[in-house]
Amino acid sequence: MRNLWLFISKYNAFFLLVIFFTTSLILMVNNNSYQRASVWNSSNQLVGSTYEKVNQFSSYLVLGKTNDSLAAENARLRNLLKSSLFSDSVKQVQVNDTLLKQQYTYTVAKVINNSVHQKNNYITINRGKKHGIAKGMGVTSATGVVGIVLNVSDNFSTIRSLLHTETKVSASVDGNIGSLVWGEGNFDARYAILKDIQAHLVVKKGSRVVTSEFSLFPQGTNIGKVFKTGVKGDDSALNIQVKLDTDFSALQYVYVITNMLSNEQLSLEALNKVE
Amino acid sequence: MGRAIIVNTIRFILLIATQVFLLKNTGYYNLSVPYLYILFILLLPFNIPNGLLFLLAFITGISIDVFYDTLGLHALACSVMAFVRIIFISVTVQRDGFDNEPEPRLGIMGFRWFIFYALILAFFHHLFLFSFEAFRISEFGYTIIRVLLSALLSTCLILITEFVFYRKKVR
Repeated sequence: MRNLWLFISKYNAFFLLVIFFTTSLILMVNNNSYQRASVWNSSNQLVGSTYEKVNQFSSYLVLGKTNDSLAAENARLRNLLKSSLFSDSVKQVQVNDTLLKQQYTYTVAKVINNSVHQKNNYITINRGKKHGIAKGMGVTSATGVVGIVLNVSDNFSTIRSLLHTETKVSASVDGNIGSLVWGEGNFDARYAILKDIQAHLVVKKGSRVVTSEFSLFPQGTNIGKVFKTGVKGDDSALNIQVKLDTDFSALQYVYVITNMLSNEQLSLEALNKVE
Repeated sequence: MGRAIIVNTIRFILLIATQVFLLKNTGYYNLSVPYLYILFILLLPFNIPNGLLFLLAFITGISIDVFYDTLGLHALACSVMAFVRIIFISVTVQRDGFDNEPEPRLGIMGFRWFIFYALILAFFHHLFLFSFEAFRISEFGYTIIRVLLSALLSTCLILITEFVFYRKKVR
């Protein structure tokens, strides 16, 4: 304590300077508007830039929340779009070709109800009788086969999805024809089973599975890829597991296929039964 | 002792009055502004205690501030100047000479010492005065020119004043 006092008294000029300097400074800042404004401005700038840095950092922590709110906002705005509203006009993709006669036309439809987790899954679309949809038409998406039209009302149709135990699609892999089913042993929306491929045929993993010429889809429509061969099924035959190209859980738009020649084909085939 | 108080009080009043009523209105385009009143702090006796010196400097500054409407600004510059005065005198003057040389006047300390003394103190006073008046770093170049020119003008005025009241000490 004594040493401290000695120290202070030895350098008393400096401590007096500090005291009087500080007093003057406080007086000055408090009583002169320009200096006060300067002090406040610079301190505000300092505080502001600090807050900005902190905010920059903390915004990373709430990035998930921000994404959620943006997604909700997107959904809300998307609902206001014209495409969300029900449109009566039919959009059909049709190419006029004089050399080849058009057999298939595609009608765009929006999926308005969809399920993938049931044993029998159905899809509802916003096109119906008015737009030329009829029972039994094939439905595809941009990536592959989706299902078959089951019931039709004026404005809506229900589709028996590929993920349905009764849906069977004639499919071919490397030229060998089998039938594609779902729900026999597996209820995974990502996979289907290809049955009735002859056992001696070697099917490579990764081969493309497409619709055959016997199906109601245009020949060669994508279904999926061979995922695993030699899967044991119910009837103790070896089946092929197929990874489906279409992500059914994220289905947005589908195309309903109208086969213009199907009536002719059916009426011709009906003659066989008469005999 | 009593004589010193009376002399310094009269000097204080005269210098403040001169500064406020005459020199406040002079100056070279705000670039070179004379501050003669610091002569009061320059001429305080050698043996004045540090605390009293700081207090008188502060009071002088505040008095000028009251008239200049810049409360605290001149007080701050005068406090700094008092500190510089203490350092300067402790470096250049022997302590045992205090008894027969009561005041740091031109006639007593010699021309060379006094002009140096006045210049250094005026420089520091003006440096703090102008930089705290500007209160920003961006105008530093302009401020330092003001400081140098004003210090020169103030020193000239101080020297003139000292020559007017020149009194050769009879040793």
